[in-house]
Amino acid sequence: MTDQTNVATRASGTPAATQAPALLPAVDVVEDAAGITLYADLPGVPRDRLDLQIDADTLVIQGEAQVELPEGLEAKHAEITVPRFRRAFTLSRELDTAKITAQLHQGVLTLRIPKAEHAQPRKIEVRG
Amino acid sequence: MSFSFLSRDVFSDLERLHRELQQAFEGGPSIRGASRGGFPAVNVGSTPQSIELYVYAPGLDPAAIEVNLERGTLTIAGERAASVPAPGDKAVIHINERFAGRFRRAVGLPDDIDPEGVSADYRDGVLHVSVKRRAEALPRRIAVQ
Repeated sequence: MTDQTNVATRASGTPAATQAPALLPAVDVVEDAAGITLYADLPGVPRDRLDLQIDADTLVIQGEAQVELPEGLEAKHAEITVPRFRRAFTLSRELDTAKITAQLHQGVLTLRIPKAEHAQPRKIEVRG
Repeated sequence: MSFSFLSRDVFSDLERLHRELQQAFEGGPSIRGASRGGFPAVNVGSTPQSIELYVYAPGLDPAAIEVNLERGTLTIAGERAASVPAPGDKAVIHINERFAGRFRRAVGLPDDIDPEGVSADYRDGVLHVSVKRRAEALPRRIAVQ
């Protein structure tokens, strides 16, 4: 699995360059024998504003933060200036995209991408 | 001859350079430290009736978030558990960007706030703290008799 964010934003004319500005969410990616687990920080993003897409070997995570602001609010100090997150990854062939599971809890997305069965480590019995 | 040049730590030099660059591009940091790039990110806004803080701290247990107001300074502290396995585990960590460990951020509030009028709620990983201004400090229209 490769992070393709830089490639996508550098090349002009790609979809990423023409889309609305978005923040790059912090992620952790951990691989074990059975698959890959990805954790992404998406604070303020409710489930119905999270968009996960897999197109061929590209995984795109997009989310819109929904934070209710009281009327007449005047910004004094802002570190989060864009209410949108986006990040894309290239998946490798041994990952089984049909079996991805996703969970969103308190602004943290957990994605589990299992490896295809033929790519999982197997112990071969020696007979005879 | 002094050996002080040789014993200098190259990392502290790099750190100083980093600080100088940060200063040049972002202006001075707050006297309470951590400005941009720290965890959690904080937005602060105000209305005529209140000061509103939005703390972008996903993945916390709401019961373990400490919000304290003392002498006009609001402090938010807590701890976030690591999601990546400890070293020695068989799993391979490919990317490790998410903050883990204890954090603390402090925000100075204006003088006209009501220390009794603080409320906080945590939703979708964002902590919203609302601090009311004292009623006598609110702008009022005085009727002319």
